[in-house]
Amino acid sequence: MIAFWVLSILLVISAVLVVTARKPVYSVVYLIANFVLLAIMYVTLSAEFIGIIQIIVYASAILMLFLFVMALLSTSTEAFSVGPDRMPWVTLPAIGLVVVLLGFLAYGLLRQPIAIHPAAGAALNGAPGTANAFGSVGDFGAALLTTHLLPFEVTAFVLLVAVIGVVMLASDAAPMATTGRHRARRRGARLREPITKPRDAAGKGSVR
Amino acid sequence: MIGVAGLLTRRNPLIMLMAIELMWNAANLSLLAFARAWLNNAGQIFAFLVITVAAAEAAIGLAIVLVTFRRARNVDVDEVASLRG
Repeated sequence: MIAFWVLSILLVISAVLVVTARKPVYSVVYLIANFVLLAIMYVTLSAEFIGIIQIIVYASAILMLFLFVMALLSTSTEAFSVGPDRMPWVTLPAIGLVVVLLGFLAYGLLRQPIAIHPAAGAALNGAPGTANAFGSVGDFGAALLTTHLLPFEVTAFVLLVAVIGVVMLASDAAPMATTGRHRARRRGARLREPITKPRDAAGKGSVR
Repeated sequence: MIGVAGLLTRRNPLIMLMAIELMWNAANLSLLAFARAWLNNAGQIFAFLVITVAAAEAAIGLAIVLVTFRRARNVDVDEVASLRG
């Protein structure tokens, strides 16, 4: 019980630090702390498999992606010199929205007591490492591959689509020609101009 | 909720993506808490799917940020606010 409160306070603190840190790398470090604390909390919720998956997938792979992108983007120093706060007329409505959402959450939680399964207390106080216990790898895997097989396969497809999208977005391939090599070269040259350059009235801004 | 405030307030798209990751994780925590309270495995399986989809979405978001940076040389989302080009 005390673990829940300690973890919760640390989670909220690290989440606020993620959002308000000065430099993006500090945000990544606080996000790593947040994910590790969440993994510990998942283990206290007897979801050990999800906790380990959280550390493997989130706290290492995704954050490493973030760090790589930050390393690639830090070649121009003026990109990260912008301050963390917008003008106050955006910050205050954002905090107001958070308060409203907190109100919804409190209303939903306090309206009726959350029905807890009668066996939830007794059956889960055993050793968390036993096979086929609730939330262990065996139990989770059996449910994933029998009862919930369709979401599992759909997830594989979602990942495939994501990989195709990322490769397409990040590749530097020249655009395909529609009516000839000169159009492709001009379109490629137009795509390599920076976005912020102003376009003249006729001609260059059009698609064809 | 902290993720929502962060998403609305920050201008750096990487931090906006991290705020989105915070929101995914908050949903995961809710899912797992109720999965344990109701002794239902479906909550944990859905949390697994949420982790997967969030990873895919983070990867695509980062790829979009990279492509935008390659063309505009600036990652401030207030500057790169036009969809032209």
